[in-house]
Amino acid sequence: MLDWWLPENVSTYGAEIDWLFHLIYYITGATFVLVFVTMLVFIVMYRDRPGRTARYTHGNTPLEIAWTIVPALILVILTALSVPAWSRIKMQVPASDFDVNVTAKQFNWQVGYPGSDKVFLDEMHVPVNKVVRVHLRSQDVIHSFFVPQFRMKQDAVPGREIVQWFEVVKPGKYEWPCAELCGFGHSGMRGWIYVHTPEDYAKWAAENLEGKGKQ
Amino acid sequence: MSATSATAHAHVEPAGHHELGFVRTYMFSTDHKMIARQFLFLGLSMMIIGGLLALVVRWELAWPETPVPGLGMILTETGGILEPSQYNMAFTMHATIMIFFVIMPILAGAFGNFCIPLMIGARDMAFPFLNMLSFWVAAVAGVLMLAGFFVPGGHAAAGWTSYAPLSAVPEYTGTNWGQNLWCISLFVLGISSMMGAINYITTIINMRAPGMKLFRMPLVVWSLFITAILLLLALPVLTSGVAMLLFDRTLGTSWFKPSGGGEPLLWQHLFWYFGHPEVYILILPAMGIASEILPVFCRKPIFGYHAMAFSMIAIAFLSWVVYGHHMFVSGMNPALGMAFTVTTMIIAVPSAIKTFNWLGTLWGARIQFTVPMLNALAFVSMFVIGGLSGIFMASTPVDIYIQDTYFIVAHIHYVVFGGSIFGAFAAIYYWFPKMFGRMTNTVLGHLHFWPTFVFFNLTFFPMHIIGVGGQMRRIYNPMQYEFLQHQQHWNVFITMSALALGLGQIPFVINFFWSLFAGKKAPLNPWNANTLEWTAASPPPHLNWGPTLPTVYRGPYEYSSPESRDDWLPQTAPPVTAAGARRH
Repeated sequence: MLDWWLPENVSTYGAEIDWLFHLIYYITGATFVLVFVTMLVFIVMYRDRPGRTARYTHGNTPLEIAWTIVPALILVILTALSVPAWSRIKMQVPASDFDVNVTAKQFNWQVGYPGSDKVFLDEMHVPVNKVVRVHLRSQDVIHSFFVPQFRMKQDAVPGREIVQWFEVVKPGKYEWPCAELCGFGHSGMRGWIYVHTPEDYAKWAAENLEGKGKQ
Repeated sequence: MSATSATAHAHVEPAGHHELGFVRTYMFSTDHKMIARQFLFLGLSMMIIGGLLALVVRWELAWPETPVPGLGMILTETGGILEPSQYNMAFTMHATIMIFFVIMPILAGAFGNFCIPLMIGARDMAFPFLNMLSFWVAAVAGVLMLAGFFVPGGHAAAGWTSYAPLSAVPEYTGTNWGQNLWCISLFVLGISSMMGAINYITTIINMRAPGMKLFRMPLVVWSLFITAILLLLALPVLTSGVAMLLFDRTLGTSWFKPSGGGEPLLWQHLFWYFGHPEVYILILPAMGIASEILPVFCRKPIFGYHAMAFSMIAIAFLSWVVYGHHMFVSGMNPALGMAFTVTTMIIAVPSAIKTFNWLGTLWGARIQFTVPMLNALAFVSMFVIGGLSGIFMASTPVDIYIQDTYFIVAHIHYVVFGGSIFGAFAAIYYWFPKMFGRMTNTVLGHLHFWPTFVFFNLTFFPMHIIGVGGQMRRIYNPMQYEFLQHQQHWNVFITMSALALGLGQIPFVINFFWSLFAGKKAPLNPWNANTLEWTAASPPPHLNWGPTLPTVYRGPYEYSSPESRDDWLPQTAPPVTAAGARRH
């Protein structure tokens, strides 16, 4: 079973993505079984044997209409389910007072917080259960912000700022690789996102973000 | 044949009137069949290079940073251990070679050239000289592409998609002339494809034999016709794109470089506007080949001939408006992503129609399991898997997660290997007797097919699993990531399967060359097939037929027809009785 292999999801919209993934998995899985069983049965039943003659037919219009409409309907339903979820994840960035600036470069993530001059290489600290808005930039080539356990991915494009968001429901330390080929150091370009409880985050911020410019 | 039609064609010189020298016969030939063989040899020899590159990539992923066997001779400094930049070069060139110099030359180049005139009853292409030029320009492009391996800094290493600005600024990858040659080679190849496409379209429109109506054309000719239209309209976009990229690299323009006011996403729009029709350029001829071979060895008509032709036309139209699904997380306006989801879901419908029609063809058939038929059945079943995995990507929210993972790698290989390459093998085994006048060896054919089918699946199916586990494409060492370490055993398994898949191609090479020189002489029509190419000699002489061209009386798939005592009824057989004539 394919779904055993999805890493644990810890973000709010990740559950929605996983639900769609499983829905498509069961629909395509059922289609796969149907088509392969039919094909195998035909291959065995209609193999060339002495005395067998093939059926002379050019088609069957009702059948062809049926197998056009049924897949079309299934795909319409999948589209209708995908589009609103996509809109919630990528288009409607929720209001929040927590912003992080991420500027990718060959081959690091540079993380900065508003009101602080400090730049953190390959590590980001955020509180749990809070909408985090990421202002994503790149200073050289295209990189891709990928956090498998958040089900989040967005390319960082030089020359633009792209605003993305996530909200994590479980504190922890999550791996943060680059998912777009960005040069010879692409492999191994990764950081960690530390998701803290509000108290722990406040403590971290007090120790690391206060005292502007103190490197 | 009546005396009038014989005189009408008397001015056409049959074969052998004047001897052509070696150079005009084997090198600079204008005969479409020789050009087809040249494209076939180009494609098959490049397949060896592309395949070895794939094995190098696989070795690195299974046993990262260990010496690759055999590479020690080339990479003397590291003793055969790949460096990350060399790894990037290996996967970039694997894809570039397989797509542009293997599948396109074999399917569109070789079988387009071979099948179109012979199956519509023409003596040659509309523009034989242009046809010759098309091959030699492609050969020049091939030489330019291979030259990139020998320049300082190595070959292109920005992926076959060569996303700017990584590809646009030499400092970002460290490759200089490699990437330039990549651009120049594809530019030259674009010219070759255009010449071929013009020829195919003109030939099919103007040079069909008497009675060969459009809807009596074999489906493989339909597929090549539609492929040619896509080639004509899509390739110029890539050709312009690579020219712009080359100008950015060498002349200081800034089409794609934000530092000079350029737009990186413009490259992706241009590339995928070409790139998605390209996917159909790779798969449509294979669909045509399967639709051609299934009826012959099912001994029954293709199920839903018109639905098959119209679904290909629908795919051709829709292929222009789905390309954005490659760019869902690229930074393109997400509202566009919604539109591309809708069109992408729609394009799945004609593919589903085709699959069900192939199943319909098997229903009630009398299936003969010849080697070409086994490959055609493999095509149908593997295309089903490739099509179904595509639905995951069409759903934008799911695509956020699986974009740029091995799930995509699995998907594309089920389509272009499971689809196009099995289609190419099917075509080679099916038309070999006509192309070279000799039969291939059946035992070696089975020894090639079964390992290929089994190890293909063992190689590519587990890629879905590691992709769902999150493994990214184009990484040099999965062990650098903690979340991927637990599934490394799959990478080892995949690589061992890939090595076996590579070994499984040896019987094919032996079979091909052994049959070429020592195979049993092929009869005129070894498969009892209906289409016109089987009425010409094996191999067909220059200008294909004697003084008279065949006349067509019916569609191509009249197998087991009640009109005939045999289980086949050639397109050229005149209706015997008034009753027979009335049926049409």
